[in-house]
Parts: sequence; C-alpha cells; structure tokens
Amino acid sequence: MALSSWKELPIGTIITEPGNAREFKTGDWRSQRPIWDSEKCIHCLFCFIYCPDSSIKVNEEGKMTGIDLDYCKGCGICAEECPKEAIHMEIEKR
Amino acid sequence: MPSLKELSKNADLFTGGHRACSGCAGPIVIKQVLSVAGPQTIASLSTGCMEVVSTIYPYTAWNIPYIHVAFETAASALSGVEAAYQVLRRKGKVKGKWNLIAFSGDGGTYDIGFQGLSGAVERGHDFLYVCYNNEAYMNTGIQRSSATPRGAHTTTSPAGTVIPGKKQFHKNLVEVIAAHGAPYVAQAIPSNWADFTRKVRKALDTEGPTVIDILAPCPLGWRYPSNKTIEVARLAVECKFWPLYEVENGKYKLNYRPRKEVPVEEWLRLQGRFAHLFTPENEHIIKEIQEGVDRRWESLLEKCG
Repeated sequence: MALSSWKELPIGTIITEPGNAREFKTGDWRSQRPIWDSEKCIHCLFCFIYCPDSSIKVNEEGKMTGIDLDYCKGCGICAEECPKEAIHMEIEKR
Repeated sequence: MPSLKELSKNADLFTGGHRACSGCAGPIVIKQVLSVAGPQTIASLSTGCMEVVSTIYPYTAWNIPYIHVAFETAASALSGVEAAYQVLRRKGKVKGKWNLIAFSGDGGTYDIGFQGLSGAVERGHDFLYVCYNNEAYMNTGIQRSSATPRGAHTTTSPAGTVIPGKKQFHKNLVEVIAAHGAPYVAQAIPSNWADFTRKVRKALDTEGPTVIDILAPCPLGWRYPSNKTIEVARLAVECKFWPLYEVENGKYKLNYRPRKEVPVEEWLRLQGRFAHLFTPENEHIIKEIQEGVDRRWESLLEKCG
C-alpha cells in the first residue's frame, strides 16, 4: 500500500490490502539462521505450528518444503522443538 | 481434533512480516486460533503487544476483516459487531456463519478491559474472547498487571532492597468469568496445540460468550532465550502453575494431569524475572509460590470432582 501523500489516506485510515505485512521483510533481524535437513525431516509440522513468524513453508500435501528466510527472525524455536533434530541454528553471515 | 496438515491450510491468515520480537508467543497463539477458525472470521484486537506489532500503518499482518480498538474495548467493540452481524443475517444480507473473535493481552483483559469483557459476557453476545496472557504490560516496557505472578520482577514491582518483586498472587480469570455464567471458559497453553485448537473449536461451536485464557511466554519480559518459548510454556503446565482445564456450563473438567511431580522452582529457574528469588534471603518466597500453586491445584481438583 504505497501512499505518496496524506491526501490519499482512506477515510478512517483503514488498510485496504489485507495481509500486506508480507511486503515488510523481517528476515534482516536475524542473527542466527535455521538450517533444515530434508533427509531427517519426518514432516510432523511441529515447527510449523510453533513458528511465530509464519516462516515454515508447507505445501498442499502437508509436507514441509523449507524455511522462508524473508520473515524468519532466527528465534530458534523450530530447532529446539524438532523431535528429529532436522533443524539446527548457525550464526548468520551476511 | 484437526491434524496439523489440516491446520496448515489456513497458514496465511496471519502473515509473516509482523514486528513481534523474535520468539514471541503472541503470534503463535493468533496463528493457532485462526488455523482452526478459518477465513470466515472477524477479529477485534485491543491495544497491546499484538496490535502494536501486527498493524503498523500502512501494513497489516491480518488476512481477515479486523478492527483495532482502544485498550479497554476488545469485547465491547466486538459486541457491536455481533449485534450488527445478527441483524444483517436476519435480513439475509450476510451469507454463512462467521466466527467473531476478540483478542486482547492480559492488561486489556485482567485490568483495563475487564469491565468491557464482564459486560459483554453478561449481555450474552455470541463470540470467542482470547486473552494471550504474557503476565505484564510488555509493549510499554514490562509493567506489572494483575496477571503477573508473585515474586516476578517488573519495572513497577522492581526486585531490590525494598520489595522482592511483585508481592501479590495473580488473579484467576477463568474462575471470574465462569462465575458470570458463561457457557464455556477454558485455560490453555500454546505448547499443547492439540488441546488449544480443540478448545477453540469447541468455543466457536458454543452459542454465547466464550473465553479462553492462554499463557503466552515473553522472552523479553520473562528473560529467557528466545528459543525456549515453547519449553517455558510446557513447564508452566508440568509444574501445575498453569493447569489446563475448562468450565462448561459451570462444570469443571481437568484436561491434563502432569505425570510426575515437578517443583515450581524448576519453572522459575528458567526465567530471569525470578533470578532474585534464588538468594538465601528470598528463598522463602519460592516456598510461598509453591504453596500458592499447590493450594490452587487442590482447589481445582476439588471442583473437577
């Protein structure tokens, strides 16, 4: 929702695009990066249900397909809760 | 009970890109609620952590109709939405069933929004109220609320030479709302998603006002590493500080009984806000907290029969 001046603000300053926080990438907050090992993953989706940043990608068959680093803030909950140690954290290098 | 595969279908109703702290339990709670409720949901959210982080103008993380209201009015604003919804439905202008859910923190529920919630429950509006309880006013910098537990350090109950953290025990919201005669009230935890999502489903299927109080650990205010959020939540249940139970039409039911005795000390030790209790002069407070937890647990067991 790009606004060039205050005159374009909708009445009541409502936000007309639901879910547009997607445009704001919080991935650059990260000091640790989760590394996913697809070999060890059993697709239990515990990482999905416990991820605060909606960063676990799950496809239509209910299989985990990876981690969305655009939004992941590197909290490490997924690595902590994974029953198979399929995710581990590494220091983020930029 | 829905499986995680089914819940993952509604993954995009609360998007990434919100500005919650790393490891915050608030978004986990909202995500779990919306994954059960689905896209036919209207949410109201009072001022608090989740409002501040999810709707920084001109962005919103909510992919459903959403209204932000003042601190004390999550329940009263949604009462109005519910009244309008009932009229529009009667006139045939709204199709299908919509879920109405109010979200608020412990400050907006236990303290500031309490009269709004009490009134809405008394009037009997058909909605679900979810209190994500992080046990203090976290977004303004960790001030005590009536949900803050005994002994916790906050900026308005600072541990030092005068007082050893908060002097009072926390309020029991579930019993307060149950005393209103609400048809369904429950206490839940994000670490037990199966129990929580079942409670959300049950609350949405119940006609009338329903309330769920869910503990939402806060890495910043509780002072623990961000990856321990779920572990801290789990231990709160295991040590009986936060029992999982529900009250259906005045009937109490315990949903989970810890298998082994875990002293509350183990849960306190994980959190920096209780660090000052582990000194010789403050040790008696840990004993007091344990006694308080035991007393509440025994009284709960009695009510559950």
